[in-house]
Amino acid sequence: MGIRFVLMVNKQGQTRLAQYYEYLTLEERRALEGEIVRKCLARNENQCSFVEHRNYKIVYRRYASLFFLVGVDDDENELAILEFIHLLVETMDRHFGNVCELDIMFHLEKAHFMLEEMVMNGCIVETSKSNILAPIQLMDKTS
Amino acid sequence: MNPFSSGTRLRDMIRAIRACKTASEERAVVRKECAAIRTSINENDQDYMHRNLAKLMFIHMLGYPTHFGQMECLKLIASPGFPEKRIGYLGLMLLLDERQEVLMLVTNSLKQDLNHTNQYIVGLALCALGNICSAEMARDLAPEVERLLQFRDPNIRKKASLCSIRIIRKVPDLAEIFINPAIALLREKHHGVLITAVQLCTDLCKISTEALEHIRKKCTDGLVRTLRDLANSPYSPEYDIAGITDPFLHIRLLKLLRVLGEGDAGASDSMNDILAQVATKTESNKVAGNAILYECVQTIMSVEDNGGLRVLAINILGRFLSNRDNNIRYVALNMLMKAVTVDAQAVQRHRATILECVKDSDASIQKRALELVYVLVNETNVKPLAKELIDYLKVSDHDFRGDLTAKICSIVAKFSPEKIWYIDQMLKVLSEAGNFVKDEVWHALIVVISNASELHGYTVRALYRAFQMSTEQEILVRVTVWCIGEYGDMLVNNVGMLDIEDPITVTESDAVDVLEIAIKRHASDLTTKAMALVALLKLSSRFPSCSERIREIIVPFKGNFVLELQQRSIEFNSIIAKHQNIKSVLVERMPVLDEATFVGRRDGSLPGAASTAPAPSVSLPNGVAKPVAPLIDLLDLSSDDAPAPSSSGGNLLHDLLGVDLSPASQQSGAGQTSNSAADVLLDLLSIGSPSPPSASSTVDILSSNTSNKAPVSPLNDLSPLSLSSRATSNAGASPMMDVLDGFSPGPPTENNGPVHPSITAFESSYLRLTFDFSKQPGNPQTTIIHATFMNLSSDTYTDFVFQAAVPKFLQLQLDPASSNILPAAGNGSIVQILKVTNSQHGKKSLVMRIRIAYKINGKDTLEEGQINNFPRGL
Repeated sequence: MGIRFVLMVNKQGQTRLAQYYEYLTLEERRALEGEIVRKCLARNENQCSFVEHRNYKIVYRRYASLFFLVGVDDDENELAILEFIHLLVETMDRHFGNVCELDIMFHLEKAHFMLEEMVMNGCIVETSKSNILAPIQLMDKTS
Repeated sequence: MNPFSSGTRLRDMIRAIRACKTASEERAVVRKECAAIRTSINENDQDYMHRNLAKLMFIHMLGYPTHFGQMECLKLIASPGFPEKRIGYLGLMLLLDERQEVLMLVTNSLKQDLNHTNQYIVGLALCALGNICSAEMARDLAPEVERLLQFRDPNIRKKASLCSIRIIRKVPDLAEIFINPAIALLREKHHGVLITAVQLCTDLCKISTEALEHIRKKCTDGLVRTLRDLANSPYSPEYDIAGITDPFLHIRLLKLLRVLGEGDAGASDSMNDILAQVATKTESNKVAGNAILYECVQTIMSVEDNGGLRVLAINILGRFLSNRDNNIRYVALNMLMKAVTVDAQAVQRHRATILECVKDSDASIQKRALELVYVLVNETNVKPLAKELIDYLKVSDHDFRGDLTAKICSIVAKFSPEKIWYIDQMLKVLSEAGNFVKDEVWHALIVVISNASELHGYTVRALYRAFQMSTEQEILVRVTVWCIGEYGDMLVNNVGMLDIEDPITVTESDAVDVLEIAIKRHASDLTTKAMALVALLKLSSRFPSCSERIREIIVPFKGNFVLELQQRSIEFNSIIAKHQNIKSVLVERMPVLDEATFVGRRDGSLPGAASTAPAPSVSLPNGVAKPVAPLIDLLDLSSDDAPAPSSSGGNLLHDLLGVDLSPASQQSGAGQTSNSAADVLLDLLSIGSPSPPSASSTVDILSSNTSNKAPVSPLNDLSPLSLSSRATSNAGASPMMDVLDGFSPGPPTENNGPVHPSITAFESSYLRLTFDFSKQPGNPQTTIIHATFMNLSSDTYTDFVFQAAVPKFLQLQLDPASSNILPAAGNGSIVQILKVTNSQHGKKSLVMRIRIAYKINGKDTLEEGQINNFPRGL
């Protein structure tokens, strides 16, 4: 399937955005998020961006105070996911202008819309920033 | 205004939540907010629907239940406006999942929206369907999706394409209808459509071989061309990442080519050129370029063999491996793991670098590298590799030690060229990380040591030295204790000295010191202490001069809270104090352990499984038919009152040492060993698997002739040197009898035929049954038993009936009883004569199940039991 979940977590380990592409119960999600965040946040900058946890491989990247964590299958290209995270951040940057944690919190649904335009059912749909943002901008204009 | 009314804006709610200092404050805020949302939903407040759902999404993200908002999503989806639909669909994807029944209700809305005139609404519906579609929905909506694959707007086509992936994963039968549209999409120029179409084709190939053949035949050349165009495309700002146009599309194309090329020489051939081009031309100084190279290498490794390309790929990996960026090294290790199966030789060349990665400071890299080293080990390189790993064990991170230890043990066991090397390495591991060694590993070590007779002395001396260095590692202590118990004399006398050893002087009391330290060490757990007790008993015989000191070490354990230790120390103390003459026989060295048996046990094929046999109904010889527990049960004497015997896999140790630490389980497996003097030891030590704690446990076990509950079974089966009192018949073994019955009132042998002593066959609180035996001359198979019943209570028993059942190899004849009234307080008795014919005379002992029914003051009472303690030879 490729991407199994996308998480955005702040430095304190609080979830700021969570999108799963497979079914997990609420308790499983909380437990999983807790474990992953603890594991990833403890790592330093010289260590690699990949962590194996349960049957996931987690690719993570830190932008200022925000961690982007993407859980993928074993046969997914880790470097490509790393690049994908960067693309996601750049897209958000273009929309919010230097995105920060608060932008995502207060515009949670927009962040979700962007992610939705980029990933569907765990696969990448679109990689062009203007294509991703076009429907969102259209909506902003009408409302 | 109430800050938590539905009027609060999302922003304010988030502020309120963020302002919370503790989790309980946060819970309170969320609770109030949820209550407000529920009220608002009940009031059917249209204006706030949108806002409520946005809040619910936030609350859901924080991990609180939000099921009450699910219907709200459905309402929003059904509403006509785009913004409502949009948030409704988002809520649907986040708050619901495919398992909920509510989802069935949404199928119709989805169908309408898929046919909507507004293409954005169609897009929303496709997206939702792609994320949460269930099998039923897939069947219902597949035709719509298939039609949308040809929609005029590429943004819809790409979503329909991914939606199709979901559908064919849910219902593989539907794959067929998507094959041709998918192939048509591969010719598109729009990157979004192309990348989704490629993924759809990849999935189709995985699901159906028919599709795979079809796509391979029709599309391979086209895909190669697309990849070439993409790789050579001029700068396009929209898709450019670090100078490469759309690396994501590159990677997806390479993945699909891999699927097509695998197992097909023709297809592999046609993609050789482009693979070579990508592998050589791609820039490798940025993540994007490396991601493509990584994917390309993977494809080269998977498609049909082309020597030149493989060399290229391995070289790329070599470059990756020496890269300073940890991410690149990680993927290189990952890739080498896959390459091992293809070209192990090439991977071996990088062994030194990989070994360095094991020592990296990064846990992810360590783990990958260790796994890679593990598959690279073979007979020729095991020695240097194991040395490196063991050296690293000394400095490795605590979290990593468990994994590392397990792998080292496994490597050493699998590839060791000779026993001495294996023992050496294992001792090193035990000294460094003994606490991480698993039970089966050190059990295996003991089996190997036991089998290496020429190395016994060497091993025990090496362990002694290691023990002197440190006693921190529990498992090292255990193995040392075991070896000193078995081979303590070799330690002291320097038996079997090898050339490589330094001479060492150990006195007998030094050896006992080791055991004393082990048993008194605070960190020692129960198993270690129990092993030390057994070892002490053994040494007391090997070193008579230390016998008294050993007794002093053992004695304090008589008061130990742990039943097992208490019981052992009482038994051992008695052996040391009273039975010098038989001690040496008792504590002989253990027979060589059978490696094959050990391996078999590890695999879980155990004797004793037979006890699960179905229960046959046995017709009792005395005319009463009743269902009897399985014959096995009848014969498996140890299992009388205990739970079903379970000697679970891997408890070889228990058999070795007879230290059964699980009080509820009794051993049935001990009977499989051969009948040699040393087995007596084995059985002696396993005799006391603690019986159910109901009875007066300790005394009960030791005085085996007062109760039929005592688990004396393994002895009875095997040894001529039996411990129970019935062994008095066997003149040679008579001293044995006294070993334990210092406690038991063993009834005097009062019958005239001196051959067989009387036994107390059954004793309950007030009823005692004694058997006296006699034989008819010239008929050794038949035994005449005089059964005498005594009533020790103050009430007279009336309607007294005695019944007995025996296994098939016996025949039982019950004569009428002398009376059916048993007077109280021992004032008289009932006598009944039983004739038993043993068709397996000399091979099997007698055994009997009994049932005694009587009335006390007119009240029915029933007592049942099993008699196992018949003298041998009846």
